[in-house]
Amino acid sequence: MLAPWFGVLAAAFCAAGLYIGFFIAPTDHQQGEAYRIIFIHVPAAWMSMFLYLVMAFWAGVGLMFNTRLSGMMASALAPTGALFTFIALWTGSLWGKPTWGTWWVWDARLTSELILLFLYFGFMALQAAIDEPRRADRAGAVLALTGVVNIPIIYFSVRWWNTLHQGASVSLTSAPTMAATMFAGMVVMAFGFWFYSIATALARARCIILERERATDWVADYARVPK
Amino acid sequence: MLEVTDLECVRGNRTLFASVGFALRGGELLRAAGANGSGKTSLLRIVCGLLVPTRGEVRWRGSDIRSLREDYGRQLLYVGHANAVKDDLTASENLAVTCTLAGIPASGGQVRAALHRLGLAGCEKLPVRVLSQGQRRRLALARLALGGSVPLWVLDEPFTALDAAAVDCVQTLILEQLGRGAAVIFTTHQDQLAAAVTFCIDLDSRAR
Amino acid sequence: MLPAMRCVIHRDLLLALRRRADVMTMLLFFVIVASLFPLGVGPEPNLLRTIAPGVIWVAALLASMLSLTRMFSADYADGTLEQMLLSSAPLGAIVAAKVTAHWLISGLPLVLMAPVLALQYDLPRPLLEVLTLSLLLGTPVLSLIGAIGAALTLGVRGGGVLLALLVLPLYVPVLVIGAGTVDVAAAGLGAQPYFQLLGALLVVAAAFAPWAIAVALRISIE
Repeated sequence: MLAPWFGVLAAAFCAAGLYIGFFIAPTDHQQGEAYRIIFIHVPAAWMSMFLYLVMAFWAGVGLMFNTRLSGMMASALAPTGALFTFIALWTGSLWGKPTWGTWWVWDARLTSELILLFLYFGFMALQAAIDEPRRADRAGAVLALTGVVNIPIIYFSVRWWNTLHQGASVSLTSAPTMAATMFAGMVVMAFGFWFYSIATALARARCIILERERATDWVADYARVPK
Repeated sequence: MLEVTDLECVRGNRTLFASVGFALRGGELLRAAGANGSGKTSLLRIVCGLLVPTRGEVRWRGSDIRSLREDYGRQLLYVGHANAVKDDLTASENLAVTCTLAGIPASGGQVRAALHRLGLAGCEKLPVRVLSQGQRRRLALARLALGGSVPLWVLDEPFTALDAAAVDCVQTLILEQLGRGAAVIFTTHQDQLAAAVTFCIDLDSRAR
Repeated sequence: MLPAMRCVIHRDLLLALRRRADVMTMLLFFVIVASLFPLGVGPEPNLLRTIAPGVIWVAALLASMLSLTRMFSADYADGTLEQMLLSSAPLGAIVAAKVTAHWLISGLPLVLMAPVLALQYDLPRPLLEVLTLSLLLGTPVLSLIGAIGAALTLGVRGGGVLLALLVLPLYVPVLVIGAGTVDVAAAGLGAQPYFQLLGALLVVAAAFAPWAIAVALRISIE
């Protein structure tokens, strides 16, 4: 029932973040206006990783205590996580074009993000392929936990691979030091995305619960009341 | 020995059965009855620990079977719908493998004797690929001739595909086992062993 | 515990021996995939030498993935897997035995075949050894991780393709470090630390995967 309120909060924070990002933050002297996309890119990348952790957390809780709700939360979070991963990749390549002159570089972060997207897809595909909801939840949980153990290994191996193959690659870390307003913009945007995730995950979880419990009396009552 | 309390099993969106409970002591024979699709196999799989019930629990000598795991596996002999035999292995190789997995020690001589007992003499060295459906079922059940020391047998439709001689043989095996003080649970659509059945659970009456 | 493990390994090897065609198909796949690359990128020897480790690693990875679907599915179909779950030995041990057998059947032949393929790419002699050793350490990790995917997709429709989708992203570290080891050696740097890294991956996978596979099998068999 809280979903719409989080939706409103999400819209407010995103609007504020975008305002700071596009109108208040100073123009970057090296990259010009194009850099402003990081106000979407960076928070989306943060969220994509954070949501996978949250998903794996719920999955682990579900597997350990055999609760049904946590499995539903995990499957409700997956599409949002995949969406943010995709946004991060997309904005990353939009940013890459003016900055590096190419749509895609095999940069360590972009590559890890791409593999993260594959992990999300794998999770969703597995859940979609299994009919029995309880088995889908539990199988997905094992996969999510395996993925979470692997993510740091993947990240470090990809970073190592990157330094091995590209001696002088484009480094993101040596970017000019961030102005305070830029940082504030990003944090506000991150909050906006955060509330958006909560809102969509809650809304989706509600649909999943109603669908799975459709045989029970309270769902029938609930369906009858609004009419 | 075996206590089952308040079991409920939901498959898909259908409740197969609810509030099934029983206690089985040594030397007792339980028959699960019911129409096709009434959940007999599910009940047996729950008792084995292959399936987790939606509600209720199964206790073996006082402890939950889910915490016992392989310790429970050692005290249990399960013959399911599937025969668990490999086409590319010979009959005696198959029997030796299943016995090792179940933790039943079986020498070459004992394996041969068990196959003889089930009327599979002469098939020891044949790959299972060439055996008939009934012979494969006999091979799956040959485990029973070696599992005398196992205190709980769970048999899912042991008599299907068997001829009269083999049915007799399996009935004798089960009666001998009951005489040793072991518990046996089985399902059947015919009325074999009707006289020996201690009690019968009718799943049709437990359905919702 | 040990007799059951020995029994499972022995049984799987025996089955593979009686179905030699399966292993041969996988090896042929490996050879053909690795031989297609020169046809695709051209016969320039320097280029081939550069891409050789990556190509052979990717081909080995795909070939070992091909045999993953069969790892548990036959036992699942004929009911043997149920017996394994109800065994008197811990499921983790049985699963470890299954993975070991899988590696002996489908990983080891790839390792032995790899140097021959590398000759096609004119890889110098010392690098052949590095490549073989890296595969020797890396392919068991592939079997271990792959088995998790195989257990999860058991009896699921479209299992084969789904399995690839689940497992390939998880293979990335092995591929990167395995092929990287050869690159490092080619650049004249010491490959020692990277072998240690591969060994560490193997240890982590061997410690964690059997547990995950056992949980996944219990879920799939319900």
